[in-house]
Amino acid sequence: MSEKIPIGEKVLMKGNEAIGEAAVQAGCRAFFGYPITPQNELTAYMSKRMLEEGRVFIQSESEIAAINMCFGAATVGERSMTSSSSPGISLKQEGISYMASAELPVFYVNVNRGGPGLGNISPAQSDYFQATRGGGHGDYRVIAFGPSDVQELYDFTMLGFDLADKYRNPAMILADGILGQMMEPLVLKPYEPIPDLPSKQPWRLGDPSTPDALLITSLILNPGGMEERNFMLQKKYETIIENETRYEEVMTDDADVVIVAYGTASRIARSVMETAREEGIKVGLFRPITIWPYPYDPLNKLADRVKNMLVVEMSLGQMWEDVRLAVEGKARVHLHARTAGGVPVQTEIIRDLKKVLASKDGEIVRNF
Amino acid sequence: MTQRIRCAGFGGQGIVLMGRLIAHAAMVEDKHTTFFPQYGAAMRGGTANCSVIVSDGAIASPMVEEPDVVLIMNGPSLDKFEPTVKPGGWIFYNTSLIDREVERNDVNVVKIAANDVAEEVGTSRAANMVMLGAFSKKLGTLDLDTLMGSLDVQLYGKGDNVMEMNREAMRRGAALVE
Repeated sequence: MSEKIPIGEKVLMKGNEAIGEAAVQAGCRAFFGYPITPQNELTAYMSKRMLEEGRVFIQSESEIAAINMCFGAATVGERSMTSSSSPGISLKQEGISYMASAELPVFYVNVNRGGPGLGNISPAQSDYFQATRGGGHGDYRVIAFGPSDVQELYDFTMLGFDLADKYRNPAMILADGILGQMMEPLVLKPYEPIPDLPSKQPWRLGDPSTPDALLITSLILNPGGMEERNFMLQKKYETIIENETRYEEVMTDDADVVIVAYGTASRIARSVMETAREEGIKVGLFRPITIWPYPYDPLNKLADRVKNMLVVEMSLGQMWEDVRLAVEGKARVHLHARTAGGVPVQTEIIRDLKKVLASKDGEIVRNF
Repeated sequence: MTQRIRCAGFGGQGIVLMGRLIAHAAMVEDKHTTFFPQYGAAMRGGTANCSVIVSDGAIASPMVEEPDVVLIMNGPSLDKFEPTVKPGGWIFYNTSLIDREVERNDVNVVKIAANDVAEEVGTSRAANMVMLGAFSKKLGTLDLDTLMGSLDVQLYGKGDNVMEMNREAMRRGAALVE
């Protein structure tokens, strides 16, 4: 460990850099990446820190190369990661799908920028569908965190590596340009692995001349074989849903309306909640911490007593779909959505909250 | 107490450093703080700005829509951010490079000849430190000594001469508003 890194202390760090340090502490042995704004500070940080630690840093020739280098690292049982922003993460999807199928762990980070297409470099949450529905081809899921501050970027990077190993599945953080670029104090907690990490890595390639020999592949052509693997994967995802769904509820007990928001949008929502309550509007906040697995059941329970929810997101109704799925028609789900650099503004959200409270049965308030 | 601050000027004036120093000093003083830079394609001579929040309590949103304080280092930034300041807020601006008056009459105005004072200590590059010194002395948001301590961390590795020039620029900035 570098003497310059004051583990255990409070420091001021950029979100992108905090992810990098957490990965170093969590034993990431190799970082493979290709530059793109707004995640560049992460790649830059790793280019220095990984070498200080005598580990591997490769600026790959492309995003596709980087994710396939992660595939290679996983097959020899080493922790590795990659990171990018939206268009770059799209390029990695083939490799992520292969790893999900082959049950190989990898941790990766998407510092979401404006899209679709090459888009722009502004903050957005518009890769929500991609993060929560697997992202590439085939029936698979990745564990996806939606952190809301720099401390959580650090903490969930460490946890992400552990859960990827525990479930032999890709795990990721969906951040955005604001979280990546902002600085705030965080405590550099020492890495403590989760208690139930596999003691050895059954996915690690062994000596082919011994019984440890292993074939890692995502190509299964024998009749029924691929479907069988899919059913096995689904069973694993059910375990992940049961064990790893994370969320936070703030002042929902007496709320007339609850804002549902994650990541940066949830920070803005928290400000809104505080201001609105000063004005006498009883607002609560429901914050998904994992966006897959999604906290459908807790939201469903909340909808038994809260009949109006306002989704605030930096994508045009992507998470809105999940909240509507969750509440099964028991509550009206309204939408305040901005994207591609449009960041929700407090006063405009409060305006919509008032519209929600004045709305009639069956009416849905939307800002666009 | 929550203070929302925007630092703005042209690329190369050390705008981001100003913000980082405020945020770091706030952390050292056990306050809550967030720092958010305008990011992306930038060039020396182009515009740059960053937002910093300093608070006694937890900070929800890091975004600054209506700053309590703006520290303005060049003309285009005054044009852009003068209208955004909260009524009753503060505009500190660099009269070495801006030759107009502030038009609003519902805000407090502090004029600082930042470049001129910085040249007196040896380099106009320390104009940002003059501004920081004036800001911290006038509003008492942060202790000048804490800011100087943060300077040692944020400019780690710079020569003693450079560090002393920056410290002296801060002191002189503070003296302007005493």
